[in-house]
Amino acid sequence: MSDPRDRGGPAQPLLLVEGLRKHFPVRGGLLHRQVATVQAVDEVSFSLGKGETLGIVGESGCGKSTTARLLMRLIEPDAGEVVFDGDAVGDRHGITVNAMRRQMQMVFQDSYSSLNPRMTIAESIAYAPRMHGLSTKEGLARADDLLAQVGLTPRQYARRYPHELSGGQRQRVNIARALALEPRLVILDEAVSALDKSIEAQVLNLLSELKERFNLTYLFISHDLNVVEYVSDRVLVMYLGRVVETGSVDSIYARPRHPYTRALFASKPTLDPDRRTAEMPLTGDPPNPIDPPSGCRFRTRCAFAQPICTGLSPTLSAPLDSADSDGAHLVACHIAEAQQVRHA
Amino acid sequence: MSQATLDLAQPRIADAVPLASAPGYWKAVRQRLLRDPVTIAVTLVLCGIVFISIGAPLVAHADPYVGSVLGRLKPIGTPGHWLGTDETGRDLWARLCYGGRLSLLAGILPVTISLIVGGFLGILAGYVGGLVGTLIMRTMDVFYAFPSILLAIAICGLLGNGLSNSVIALSVVFIPPMVRIADTVTTQARQLDFVEAARASGTTTMQIIRYHVLANVLGSILVYATSLISVSIILSAGLSFLGLGVTPPQPEWGLMLNSLRQAIYVQPYVAALPGVMIFVTSMCFNLVSDGFRSAMDVRLNK
Repeated sequence: MSDPRDRGGPAQPLLLVEGLRKHFPVRGGLLHRQVATVQAVDEVSFSLGKGETLGIVGESGCGKSTTARLLMRLIEPDAGEVVFDGDAVGDRHGITVNAMRRQMQMVFQDSYSSLNPRMTIAESIAYAPRMHGLSTKEGLARADDLLAQVGLTPRQYARRYPHELSGGQRQRVNIARALALEPRLVILDEAVSALDKSIEAQVLNLLSELKERFNLTYLFISHDLNVVEYVSDRVLVMYLGRVVETGSVDSIYARPRHPYTRALFASKPTLDPDRRTAEMPLTGDPPNPIDPPSGCRFRTRCAFAQPICTGLSPTLSAPLDSADSDGAHLVACHIAEAQQVRHA
Repeated sequence: MSQATLDLAQPRIADAVPLASAPGYWKAVRQRLLRDPVTIAVTLVLCGIVFISIGAPLVAHADPYVGSVLGRLKPIGTPGHWLGTDETGRDLWARLCYGGRLSLLAGILPVTISLIVGGFLGILAGYVGGLVGTLIMRTMDVFYAFPSILLAIAICGLLGNGLSNSVIALSVVFIPPMVRIADTVTTQARQLDFVEAARASGTTTMQIIRYHVLANVLGSILVYATSLISVSIILSAGLSFLGLGVTPPQPEWGLMLNSLRQAIYVQPYVAALPGVMIFVTSMCFNLVSDGFRSAMDVRLNK
């Protein structure tokens, strides 16, 4: 199984993100001046190994989708470096954004609006390959093949329009479309969140089949902790544009360290009486990202907040008692760093 | 690809769905238009009007320019002049037929010009946005400051009368609303996920505009343009009525309405005929535009 595009070998991360930042200007007033900034994504760094699935979780508005769009360069980052298989994206010595986009594709949450209503689904799938040089006939042949791969009989569906399909079928089409350029990395931005639970399970199974078959790497963005646990190898927890905790699924789900992660998990419904927790659930909304709290951004809702949390912004580091983890479990919290927060 | 995987992934209910030979988008639009009796009837009427205008020498044997002092203002049904004669004794049927040429031209030409210019500017402003978009849209806002008929009169007054000047004046009048419509629909289309997905697939801006934006924007712009044709006919008739458009003795519906105005107490039915033509034609264009709008809405009818 050797992909000619695989340049760095299996040990080199497929995607390396360093200090990604996007602050949206808020304009107002008579002269359209910038009056504030929304700190949508702030200093986000992570790496993604080949063949791995990284789950990104967090409340809505925490910057998950913005991160995805920044990676695809649908919006320009203010700062930060993205390295795709050893090549810096957009760098003079690296690869161009377009070359990166051919290897990195995205599936959007809204299955209906992400398909052109004026095109048959085969045309939608064949669009990108055709624009990149395939003939119409070859493109449609590839579309047929991909439709079969995602479990839609080409004879049945190829010439239908998006509005004639159900949500689950449309999302299969979107997955096929994302695979049309034979990408190595697929970003799934809430790709199954809008589906019924039963359909969601089918699509998740399809995704894991496709991952095996095409040797894919996934960046799986979701607010659903159960789904993330099911599909991911590693997890990244975001809060208000920052990474608060990252680590393997086992390590994080077994022992979440950051107070936010723990509150998030506490809000997850469970049927297991032993796992019911007395931990305080999160109250209130996340603070306004236009004017985030100084220091640790979670401190306004954190039960353990100390004076240090106001002044100093915590950095991602291994918790003190990280003997049990694989060394990849990092948390951005002064409290967890200094002492082990009693695990509920 | 094994059959087993397919079964697992896809419930077999789907097989019950008959194989639809789904046609292309424009083909489907045509099919839906053909199933709409009102649009068909109205289109036939329009075709009739276009035919008597273009084929005026074939259907009207009288000369539209030659009058007779004795045969002035004959009523409808006069032998030899079945629609009567106007105030200088010219055959009204002949003048209505020949007049259709100029009136239709004055109706369609400004709309076509503004469709091309305004559509281009609007799609550009909507897709590119930023400084270019602001510049285009604010320039258009300046034109909005004037009432449309006043603007047309001002331009015509500046350029002098004549058909070509009234076409220019009306084009200028129609470009701003066309730009606005194109800008609005493009801005909406641009934010749709499938345009984002197309951008994410690394295709060029021109390809995205051509394959994804244009098809979704053209429908709305075309429908709006069709509805403008009737406005254009009425406005150009208005300009002629005021003596700013076509010059006498050329036959044109608006101009005819103006000169027959004096005869309204003598031959009211004859005097009303050019107005009836204007009314019927603009009505037809409006109904056609309605028909197009519903035929182009993909989500209807299926």
